[in-house]
Amino acid sequence: MAEPQPVLEMTGIVKEFPGVRALSGVDFRLFPGEIHALMGENGAGKSTLIKVLTGVYSLDDGTITLDGQPVQIDSPLQAQQAGISTVYQEVNLCPNLSVAENIFIGREPTRFGRIQWNRMRKEAAELVDRLGLDIDVTAPLSSYPLAVQQLVAIVRSVGTGDSDGAGAGTKVLVLDEPTSSLDRDEVLELFRLMRQLRDEGVAILFVSHFLDQIYEICDRMTVLRNGTLVGEHMVSELDQVGLIQLMIGKALDQLEELHDHQLRSDVGETLVKADGLGRTGGIAPFDLEIKKGEVVGLAGLLGSGRTELARLLFGADQPDSGKVSIGGKQVSMSAPNDAIGAGVAFCSENRKSEGLVPDLTVRENIILALQAARGWTRPIPASQRDELVAKYIKALDIRPANPEARVGQLSGGNQQKVLLARWLITQPKLLILDEPTRGIDVGAKTEIQKLVVSLSEDGMSVLYIAAELEEVLRLSHTIGVLRDRKLVAQIANGPEITPSRILETIASGEHQ
Amino acid sequence: MTTTPRWRALTHHNLFWPVVVLVVLLLVNVPFTPDFFSIRMTNGHLHGSLVSIVLFGSPLILVAVGMTLVIATGGIDLSVGAVVAITGALTCSYISDQSDQSALSGVFFAIGIGLLAAVVCGLWNGFLVARMGIQPIIATLIIMVAGRGVAQLVTDGQIITINSEPYKLIGGGYWLTLPFSIFVVAAVVAVTVVLTRKTALGLLVESVGGNAEASRLVGIRSRRIKIMVYVFCALCAGIAGLMISSNTSAADGNNAGLWIELDAILAVVIGGTSLLGGRFSIGGTVIGALVIQTLTTTIYTIGVPTQTNLVFKAAVVIVVCLLQSPKFRAKAFGGRFGNKPGAKGGTGQPAVAPAQTAKTTEAAPKMEVS
Ligand SMILES: Nc1ncnc2c1ncn2[C@@H]1O[C@H](COP(=O)(O)OP(=O)(O)OP(=O)(O)O)[C@@H](O)[C@H]1O
Ligand SMILES: [Mg+2]
Repeated sequence: MAEPQPVLEMTGIVKEFPGVRALSGVDFRLFPGEIHALMGENGAGKSTLIKVLTGVYSLDDGTITLDGQPVQIDSPLQAQQAGISTVYQEVNLCPNLSVAENIFIGREPTRFGRIQWNRMRKEAAELVDRLGLDIDVTAPLSSYPLAVQQLVAIVRSVGTGDSDGAGAGTKVLVLDEPTSSLDRDEVLELFRLMRQLRDEGVAILFVSHFLDQIYEICDRMTVLRNGTLVGEHMVSELDQVGLIQLMIGKALDQLEELHDHQLRSDVGETLVKADGLGRTGGIAPFDLEIKKGEVVGLAGLLGSGRTELARLLFGADQPDSGKVSIGGKQVSMSAPNDAIGAGVAFCSENRKSEGLVPDLTVRENIILALQAARGWTRPIPASQRDELVAKYIKALDIRPANPEARVGQLSGGNQQKVLLARWLITQPKLLILDEPTRGIDVGAKTEIQKLVVSLSEDGMSVLYIAAELEEVLRLSHTIGVLRDRKLVAQIANGPEITPSRILETIASGEHQ
Repeated sequence: MTTTPRWRALTHHNLFWPVVVLVVLLLVNVPFTPDFFSIRMTNGHLHGSLVSIVLFGSPLILVAVGMTLVIATGGIDLSVGAVVAITGALTCSYISDQSDQSALSGVFFAIGIGLLAAVVCGLWNGFLVARMGIQPIIATLIIMVAGRGVAQLVTDGQIITINSEPYKLIGGGYWLTLPFSIFVVAAVVAVTVVLTRKTALGLLVESVGGNAEASRLVGIRSRRIKIMVYVFCALCAGIAGLMISSNTSAADGNNAGLWIELDAILAVVIGGTSLLGGRFSIGGTVIGALVIQTLTTTIYTIGVPTQTNLVFKAAVVIVVCLLQSPKFRAKAFGGRFGNKPGAKGGTGQPAVAPAQTAKTTEAAPKMEVS
């Protein structure tokens, strides 16, 4: 491939935060018409590099050139005007506004200074259509699950260039973990769109912790480790093992070790029993039994009701039919408190809005659930608290390993680990994990899956939700299949159960 | 431009700017009142401008401390001024009905009635906000408006004057050479700090204010916590009401505590607690309240004409708020006081594009970071 001039070149980029050197002299270049992966462990500096590029952070040192011209980008708006569109790692939209408003916010079509609402809705609907999505653009964004919100953020970014006549077309599209909560189908749809844009000459920067996706869609990649550049490679010239080695600095061999777990640990007697539990508009009444030490995985497509089912078992939403008993005792489930009191823990998929308190420290976020259960009058003694926190920071390898760090300043993957730590520390009987590995790097992902296995061996029951079917199959004793907000089948896991069998069940709505 | 780490740690401490402003404001007084910092002992009482600032600032400190917790949960309490008036009115009217206004039992009972009324107001606010889900600004507006009417009703629209030695002590008396109200304030501040930082209450309050939905899902009984802080805030306002009416030995339903809610909110903000809720600082609030009181005193000592003194006050408040914005500091003073950590690159990176060299960090303090 003859190398044309890069559309974007970043040289010697340095970014420091108090106490952390997030980027030390990173070089990065992006060519028109390529899809370029930015790889690295949690906290390697990927999001920071992107935020420096898009003017969210100012750089401490280094230069950025766009089309060969040195530029200074001071704000996301400037970046957008310069032709750089971005989807940030955390969905950053306005939940109260409609989908259409979210897509066009800041660049609404106007005439004589007035917003042309009809035109806006029409164009939004067209854009959404182009992505092959079935979304009502007049509905408020908050009425859709996180994955759809993520799609809307993508629609917004790709729509930037061509719909407002004023701005330059998109030259660079930056996608920071856009696929973390998408299903296979949406991912394929997104990839189709990415290829289309690439063929139109757009340079795409793509971040994902799913290596398969990287190998499927990317042409070239840049690998970061601890804020330094470790290499730029063509994807075709570096295999997964080599890539992982570059990312973590040592070989990783235990990736596939988990396979034979499935039927290993024995399950005990029934712990949780749901009878006709349901909620109109959420999920149809279902019966579900979870035994002590059992891992129940939920499989289904986006919007099939997996999260809704989990929320009912936690009292996060109030059921309007059915009952739940835990350990033989009926639990009212009118609020999360009831479920927590009965030993249930729930790690939400939406760590930003339903999980962490960004202004509080890592330590405070970790002890929050335990403290809430003890009530305000009985603070956890400082020595015990620090010991517990240190233990979980170490066990989950939260970086930086500083309990005083503000959670909002951690990288996405490390925030996810803090959320996990918060619930593990309460030693629940039933642990509900909704997309626990979202945004977590390959190494840590295996660690977390191993943790789930060992927890279940110790007698903890786990309800496990993940978009990746392989992940669900690897861990679960039983798989609940959901379709159209209905629990359509419960399948005992075994060697004959494969992802395609599950997919068939999802498609047909019944288990043969 | 080199900055030592210790200096940097100091300038980044969240009380640094409020303290600087307070010191500057105090110094401004010196040319006008040369003995501004001197403290004299007369008749066994300490006197001096500093003592008066604390004395006159006492009610504001109390109200602002209560307000801090409410604001930390993401709420606001506009009714504190009215609660000040109600408490003063009830207490004074009860005392004035006594044959012996100085009888201790009567005074204690009167104080009890006054504070009980304050607690009822707090419960009402808490009920509307936590149970009914009404926006705090609207919910507390009800007592802000109606409360003064109640106070007027109690006092029959008159100013009730009393003559009670024990009651006078609270806001106008001396103890151990110092104004008694300083001890009241110190006690309330100490209780608040212990209550919030030695128990888990502070953490739970910050969590509720920092992310309400996450707090619910983590099992925090946020309704209960909200009701508690509104009651506490009203109680603080009630004590302030006692202090104000005691100081003047009179209850004025119309003017007691008028606009104190605005000064209190200002004090909280100057002290570094965000109106969005979350992290709070009681120490910051106390300094914030002292800044406002010093400002009021300064306006009198330097003789700003009455017509313009509100403008003057507003100007100072704007300066304080600007100073607290890292973005502004970066623009105004370059990197020295901005967010920018330490020296540059270090690795001896060669020349940077000229546009970049003068650049300073502008990361907004509340920036969401993934
Ligand atoms: N605003 C901030 N203040 C302080 N430290 C920060 C801030 N933002 C990021 N960091 C730190 O910079 C480092 C790099 O973080 P970054 O978010 O770029 O990681 P990442 O590669 O995107 O990781 P992930 O895969 O988990 O998303 C981390 O150590 C993080 O804690
Ligand atoms: Mg990131």
